[in-house]
Amino acid sequence: MTMTILRTGPLTVIKDEGRPGHAGQGVAPSGAVDRGAYARANALVGNPRGAAALECTLGGLRVRFDEPATVVLTGTDAVLTVDGTRTAVEEVVSVPAGAEVAVTMPRRGLRSYLAVRGGLAVPPVLGSRSTDRLAGIGPPKPAAGDTLPIGPSPAAPSPASPSLTASSAPSASPAASSAGSPSAEGVDGPADPDAPLEVDLGPRAGWFTAAAIETLLSAEFTVSPSSDSVGLRLDGPVLARARTEELPSEGVVRGSVQVPPDGHPIVFQADHPVTGGYPVIAVLTPAAADRAAQARPGARLRFVVAPE
Amino acid sequence: MTSFLRCGREALLAEVDDLDAALALYAALRSAALPGVVDLVPAARTVLIKIDPAVTSPAAVREAVAVLPVDTRHRATGGTVEIPVRYDGPDLVEVAERTGLSPDQVVALHTGARWTVAFAGFVPGFGYLTGGDPRLDVPRRDSPRTRIPAGSVALAGRFSGVYPSDSPGGWQLIGSTTQRMWDLDRPEPALLVPGVEVIFKAVDR
Repeated sequence: MTMTILRTGPLTVIKDEGRPGHAGQGVAPSGAVDRGAYARANALVGNPRGAAALECTLGGLRVRFDEPATVVLTGTDAVLTVDGTRTAVEEVVSVPAGAEVAVTMPRRGLRSYLAVRGGLAVPPVLGSRSTDRLAGIGPPKPAAGDTLPIGPSPAAPSPASPSLTASSAPSASPAASSAGSPSAEGVDGPADPDAPLEVDLGPRAGWFTAAAIETLLSAEFTVSPSSDSVGLRLDGPVLARARTEELPSEGVVRGSVQVPPDGHPIVFQADHPVTGGYPVIAVLTPAAADRAAQARPGARLRFVVAPE
Repeated sequence: MTSFLRCGREALLAEVDDLDAALALYAALRSAALPGVVDLVPAARTVLIKIDPAVTSPAAVREAVAVLPVDTRHRATGGTVEIPVRYDGPDLVEVAERTGLSPDQVVALHTGARWTVAFAGFVPGFGYLTGGDPRLDVPRRDSPRTRIPAGSVALAGRFSGVYPSDSPGGWQLIGSTTQRMWDLDRPEPALLVPGVEVIFKAVDR
């Protein structure tokens, strides 16, 4: 089976769990920016962990399959339309061959994950099908007209669609047939979007003044328009350093809150570099990093120390 | 002395006294292959230990690392690579002037040292080489170049390095090599990985 890209919207890339284990070669892990939403998409269509999906920023993606396909969209409140018929949020959809599947513009959130049962079967690079935008490694960014191979359907049935066999037969109605209930695993649907992001202080919290730590944990920061999948740049109060000498570059992780000399923090996202040259004041929990992945430019963020 | 710094739920940062200790700890961690450790990021004074929280915890790894045998004498554990260099870089004369050496002496010091890849970074396949002669200590260029050709052999601070791909950069360029630092057709695309020893050899072409 293949998927043909008709339109990509503002930005669509291929992502999976990334390529850990290559830091010694200067290769960062990359991978899906919102790990939770990506993993949920695969689970909903019965894919094994790590199957490649499309990460679609702000909707606008349109695709078509040459055979009947089982698809789902997660991550935002955007939904799939099938030949113009709207489906529900996180609804597993059986799509007839040749139908046009489109991603609507989300009102909430930024990055949606389109998973297809079977996964995108483009050739992996260093064990991963993720496009690392910073390093330029991985499959090229899909463009309109591209045809992407879909892998064989996994043996396991799709847990979210018990009626899959029946509903995946070519439907008499032109509309999509629906299988499974929306948000079958909807445990981490959009929680309180205004809740502060949980962090652990360190590794270099000691390089900052006590006032800077207090500011980090009390002030409101605004997501700058220059943010991307490498880093979320935050405008707001300046975080002052207690130690001003140069920090030798050191390894960083997704969710690291690095503070350059101008005092404005950057939250590293999935495509972050292997190392950073400025002190990291705190690190977001994985769940908080997933929420940060959905923060749009202009969004206001606050931070709180995570419970142990 | 190794101290451990908290780095979120999926990593911890081990800090040591210097580069040699970081390389030794990195080598020890690599051969120990602790369960649940998914990646290691060696750097100038630290090794970042990334873990799978489903398998282990920062506390468990910290305990395991604290009792790990670390041999600081054997830091170069990855074999030796000889890199042929044509010493015709645009900054060779400036490096000579800044160091008070002749261009030939710069070449002699650069080829005379046994360099070691200390850590990777900047771009895939870029290894920071240490162990050169202290006289080859030059600052970065005041204004970085917007495009440095792949294969350029460079100096900055006490480090040397070879640009693996065309990229911007601020290091002083003293030569060039045709040897590929990064090749995705190789099982391990990067030629220079931490622990590898490097010898530069002057060639006419």
